[in-house]
Amino acid sequence: MSGYLLSLAIWIPILAGLIVLATGSDRNAPLARMLSLAGAVLGLLVTIPLWTGFDYATSAMQFVELKPWIPRFNINYHLGVDGISMLFVILNAFITVVVVLAGWQVIEQKVAQYNAGFLIMSGLMNGIFTSLDGMLFYVFFEASLIPLYLIIGIWGGPNRVYAAFKFFLYTLAGSLLFLIAQLYLFINSGGSFAILDWHQLPIPMGAQIWIFLAFLVAFAVKVPMWPVHTWLPDAHVEAPTGGSIVLAAIALKLGAYGFLRFSLPITPDASHQLAGLVIALSLIAVVYIGFVALVQTDMKKLVAYSSVAHMGFVTLGFFMFNAMGVEGALVQMISHGFVSGAMFFCIGVMYDRVHSRQIADYGGVVDKMPKFAAFFMLFAMANAGLPATSGFVGEFMVILGAVKYNFWVAFFAASTMVVGAAYTLWMYKRVIFGKISNHHVEEMEDINSREFLILALLAAGTLYMGVHPLPFSEVMHASVNELLRHVAVTKIQ
Amino acid sequence: MEMKSLYLLVPLAPLVGAIIAGLFCRIIPRWVAHTATIAGVAIAFVASCIIFKDVLAGNTFNGPVYQWLTSGDYKFEVGFLIDALTATMMIVVTSVSLMVHVYTIGYMQEDPGYNRFFSYISLFTFSMLMLVMSNNFMQLFFGWEAVGLVSYLLIGFWYTRPTAIFANMKAFLVNRVGDFGFILGIGFILAYFGTLDYKTVFEHAPEFAKTTVNLWGAAEWSLMTVTCILLFIGAMGKSAQVPLHVWLPDSMEGPTPISALIHAATMVTAGIFMVARMSPLFELSDTALSFVIVIGAITALFMGFLGIIQNDIKRVVAYSTLSQLGYMTVALGASAYGVAIFHLMTHAFFKALLFLGAGSVIIGMHHDQDIRNMGGLRKYMPITWITSLVGSLALIGTPFFAGFYSKDSIIEAVKFSNIPGSGFAYAAVLAGVFVTAFYSFRMYFLVFHGEERFGKAHDGHGHGAHDDHGADAHEGDHDDEEVSPDHHHGLAPGQKPHESPWVVTLPLVMLAIPSVIVGFIGIGPMLFGDYFKGVIAVNAEAHPAMATLAEHFHGATAMAVHALSTAPFWLAFAGVALSWFFYMKRPDIPAAIKARFEWLYTVLDNKYYFDKFNEAFFAGGARKLGTGLWKGGDVAVIDGVMVNGSAKMVGWIASIVRFFQTGHIYSYAFTMIIGLVMLLTFWVVRA
Repeated sequence: MSGYLLSLAIWIPILAGLIVLATGSDRNAPLARMLSLAGAVLGLLVTIPLWTGFDYATSAMQFVELKPWIPRFNINYHLGVDGISMLFVILNAFITVVVVLAGWQVIEQKVAQYNAGFLIMSGLMNGIFTSLDGMLFYVFFEASLIPLYLIIGIWGGPNRVYAAFKFFLYTLAGSLLFLIAQLYLFINSGGSFAILDWHQLPIPMGAQIWIFLAFLVAFAVKVPMWPVHTWLPDAHVEAPTGGSIVLAAIALKLGAYGFLRFSLPITPDASHQLAGLVIALSLIAVVYIGFVALVQTDMKKLVAYSSVAHMGFVTLGFFMFNAMGVEGALVQMISHGFVSGAMFFCIGVMYDRVHSRQIADYGGVVDKMPKFAAFFMLFAMANAGLPATSGFVGEFMVILGAVKYNFWVAFFAASTMVVGAAYTLWMYKRVIFGKISNHHVEEMEDINSREFLILALLAAGTLYMGVHPLPFSEVMHASVNELLRHVAVTKIQ
Repeated sequence: MEMKSLYLLVPLAPLVGAIIAGLFCRIIPRWVAHTATIAGVAIAFVASCIIFKDVLAGNTFNGPVYQWLTSGDYKFEVGFLIDALTATMMIVVTSVSLMVHVYTIGYMQEDPGYNRFFSYISLFTFSMLMLVMSNNFMQLFFGWEAVGLVSYLLIGFWYTRPTAIFANMKAFLVNRVGDFGFILGIGFILAYFGTLDYKTVFEHAPEFAKTTVNLWGAAEWSLMTVTCILLFIGAMGKSAQVPLHVWLPDSMEGPTPISALIHAATMVTAGIFMVARMSPLFELSDTALSFVIVIGAITALFMGFLGIIQNDIKRVVAYSTLSQLGYMTVALGASAYGVAIFHLMTHAFFKALLFLGAGSVIIGMHHDQDIRNMGGLRKYMPITWITSLVGSLALIGTPFFAGFYSKDSIIEAVKFSNIPGSGFAYAAVLAGVFVTAFYSFRMYFLVFHGEERFGKAHDGHGHGAHDDHGADAHEGDHDDEEVSPDHHHGLAPGQKPHESPWVVTLPLVMLAIPSVIVGFIGIGPMLFGDYFKGVIAVNAEAHPAMATLAEHFHGATAMAVHALSTAPFWLAFAGVALSWFFYMKRPDIPAAIKARFEWLYTVLDNKYYFDKFNEAFFAGGARKLGTGLWKGGDVAVIDGVMVNGSAKMVGWIASIVRFFQTGHIYSYAFTMIIGLVMLLTFWVVRA
C-alpha cells in the first residue's frame, strides 16, 4: 500500500472526478457533490501517511515508484517526493477539499462537471509535484492547465475568453522553450528523462545559460514574476471563487517549484550567474506590484496583485542560496496557499451576497457579518505578515536571510512591511468598517455553518503554522541543505 | 509551584480570559466576560508580584519554552528572560491593566461591544507580557507587532466612526514604518551574531564594537551604529518619537480606558523598554546615542507646545504623553537607562491616572470632551478632582511626588551627559518643564475650577475640539457630525455633571497612591542600588552621567528639599502660576496672544504640518505612484505593447484557423488536448 501512496494521491482524485462526471446532469447534483467531497477527503487521507511516514533524515526521494511508460524513449512513470515537494502534495489535497466545500451551495449549474474539473486538476497537480521524469512532469504540467481553462471558461465572468487567451499566449512561449530545454537534456544525458540524472549532468556555461533562460520563461509565467504577471489579475477576476482559490493556492506554486526542481540543480552555474536578474525581478514584484495593488478598486485584482508580490518573496528567497532564504520561500509558498486561498474565499463569500467585487460597493459589512469580519481580519493580517500567523514566518525568514545576502535587497524586500499592510488594511477598512453604505450591504447575512467550517479550517492552518512552524521547516532541512550543497558545486567541466 | 510554570501563567492567564471573552462574545453575558478577563489579569498580577519578590531575592531566569523554528544553523525559540527589568515591566503592565479592566466595567457599561472590548484588552495584556518577558528578538518582534494589532483593533473599536477607522489604519501603518527599520536591525543582529538570543548577543557585542559594514559606495559604517539606529527606528514608531509620532494623537479616537492602558502606560513605552534592554548594544555607539537623545529632545519640547493649544481633554493628555516619552528617550540617549525605566514606571501610574480621570470627566460630561465646555467640576466630581490634581502634580514634577524623582533624575542625567547633542537636550528638557506645567494646569483649571460653562447652548455636539482630523480626504466619507448612541452627547442645559460609579473611582484612587509614593520609595534602590546590576550595561567611563548622578544623590528626602532651590522646580511653579493667571484671572490675555501671533497659532494648530505633509507626500504619492505603475507599466507597456503586440503578430495565424473558432471553450480545450497528443505522437514516430 505505502508503495503506491503517490499514485493514489494522483489517481484517486482523477478517478473520483471521472465518477462524478458520470453522474451527468444537474438532476443528480446532490449526489455529485457528495461523491466529490468523498473523493476529495479520500484524496487528502491518502496523503497524510506521506508526512507521518516521512524520513526527516534523508534528502533522497521517498515513496518512489518506477515503472516504464514509453520504454522506447526511456520515459518512465517515475514518482517520488522529498522535503521540498511533500508538503505541496498535502496542501493540494487539502485545498481540494476546501474548494469542493466552497462551491457546495454556490455552483448550481453543471455541478458534476465543475467538481470533476477540480478533482482532476488536483490529481494532475499532484502529478507535477511528484514526477521525477521530465516528460511525465511536462505532461502533467500542460494537462493541468486544461481543467483550469474549462473552469474559467464555463463558470467564469463576462470577459473570460480574453483572460483565457492571455493566459494561453503567455504559457505557450514558456512551454515550448521548456520542451526544447528538456530535449537538450535528454540528448546530452545519453537518452535519459530522469530529472535526478539531469541534476548530475555536466553542462558547459553557455548551454547552462540558455537552459536556465528557457526554464526561467516557463516558470516565471506560472509564478508569475514581473513582467509576465498581467494574465493573473485577469484570470482571477474571471474565475469563479473555487478557481481563484486553486489558482492562488496551488497553481502559482508550480512555477516556483520548477525553479527548485529544475533551474537550480540542473544549471547551478547559470543560476549563480543570473541570480541578480531573478532577484531584481523579484524585488520589482515586491515593490512595484505592491504600489499597483494599493490603487486597485476590484478586490480580486487587489488580492491577485498581492499574490504576485508575495510570490516575489518566494523567488527572492530561492536565489539568495542560503538555507533561511530557500526554506523561508518554501514556508511562504505554503502559507500563501492558506492565506491567499482564504482571501479569495472571503471575497467569494461577499460576492455571493452582493454580486460585486468593487470595493466601492461595500462598507460597514462588520455590522451585518461580525463572524465573517473576524475571520477576514485574521487573513488580512496574515496577508500583511503579522507574527503568529503563517504569513509572518516566510517573510521574516526571507528578510532576515536577505540582510545577510545584501542590505539593500533586504531593504526593498522589507518595504512590504509597510506597503503590504497599506493595501490590505486600506481595503479592509473600506469594505468592512464604516457605516453600512447601501441596501445591498444592509441585506447581507453572516456566514453559514459551511462557510464557517471552511474559514475555520483555513484559520487553523494559518495560526498553527504561525505559532509552531517548526514541523514544517523540519521536513525541509535535509532536502534544502542537500540542494544548497549541490548548487554550490560547479557543473562546468 | 515551580517558577517556570509561574512564568508561563503570567501571559497565559490573560490570554485564556481574552479567548473566553472573545470567541464567545456573542453568547456569554457581560458578567462572564469581565469576570473571566479580570480574573486572568488578576492572576497575572499576583504571579508577577511573586516573581518580583523572587527576583529581588536574586533569582533570575533565562530559558526557552519551546522551539519555534530552525533553519540552517539558526535556531529560533520562544522563551523567557526574567530579571529586574522584566519584573518591573510585568508589575507595571499587570497592575495598570488590572485597574483599567475594573474601570472598564463602568466606562463601557452602555456599549454594545462590552465583551469584545474586554477580550481585546486582555489580549493586549498577553501580547505586552510576551514582549517584556521575551529572551530573544524574534519573540520581542512578535509581542511588538501583536500589541500593534490590538492597538489597531482598539483605536478602531467604534468602527462606524470614519475618524476612528482612519486613525487606526494610520496608527498601524506608521508603526509599520518603524517596524521596517526594526526588522532590518534584527536582520543585522542575526547576520553578524548568528543568533537572536539576547544573552549570546549581549555577551558577544563588544567583539563587534569595531566592525564596519559597507552600505553605500566606499563609506564604512560602524555595525553597531547602523544596527542600533535601525532598532531605534522601531522604537520611534512604537514610542511615538518625531517624526513617527503622528499616530498617537489620533489614537485618542479609541475608548478612554485603552488610551490609559495602551497609549500612555504600557504599549507606547515598549520602545523605551526595548532600548533599555539593548543597552549593551547602544553603549557601543555614541553616534546612535546622539541620534536617540536629539530625537527625544525634539519630541519632549515640541510636542509639549502642541499640548498648550488643544481643547479636547484627551488630546491634551496625549500630547503630554508624547512629551514625556521624549523625556524617557532623552534619558536613554544620556545612557541613563535605569532612569528612563524609572520614569516609564512612574509615568505609567500617573498618566494612566490622568487618562482615567479624564475618562471620568467625560462620563460626567456625558461624552463631551471639550474643556472649554467644562469648569468648576470639583464641586460635582470630588474624587475625580483630587485624583486628577495628584496626577497633574506628579506629572509636572512636584517634589516628593513620583514624577519629580524620575523627571528630575532625567534632567540631571542629561546635564552630566557628554554625548553630542546633550546640550540641546538639556535646554529642551528644562524648557519642557515649564511647558508641561503650563498646559497641565491650564487643563486642570479649565476643567475643575472657575466658571461652570457646561449645560449651556454650545456647539450642539460638544465636539468642537475634533476639528483637526479631516485627514480622511481621499475617502470623501468624512463625517464628524455623526451621533452614535454612546458618543458626542454633552450635558443638556441645566443638567449637572455627577461623580462616576465606584468601579471608576476605585482605580483612580488605586493609581493615585503609587503616583505619590512610588518615586520616593523607588529612587534609592532602583537607580542607585544594585537593582539593575547585570541587566542594564553602562560604560561608566565613556558615559559618566549615571555615575555622576549617583555621587550627587543623598537620599530621597534630601533630593526633594534640594530641588526647591533648583531651576526645574521654579520653572514648573512659574508654569502653574502663569496658567492660573491666564485662565483663571485674565482669560483675555491668551485670546489676545492668539490674535497677535496668529501665524504661530496656525503652525501649532496644524501640528507643524506633519499630517498634511504625510497625507500629500506619502499617502498621495503612493497612490499616484501606484496608479502610474499600473496604468503606465501594466496596462500600457506590458499589456498594450508586449501582450497585445504579440497577439497582433499571431493575428495572421488566427485568420487561418478562424474556422476552428466555434466560440465554445470545449473546442478550445479539445484542440489543446489534440495538440498535446499530436506532439507526443510526433515524438514517438520521429525516433
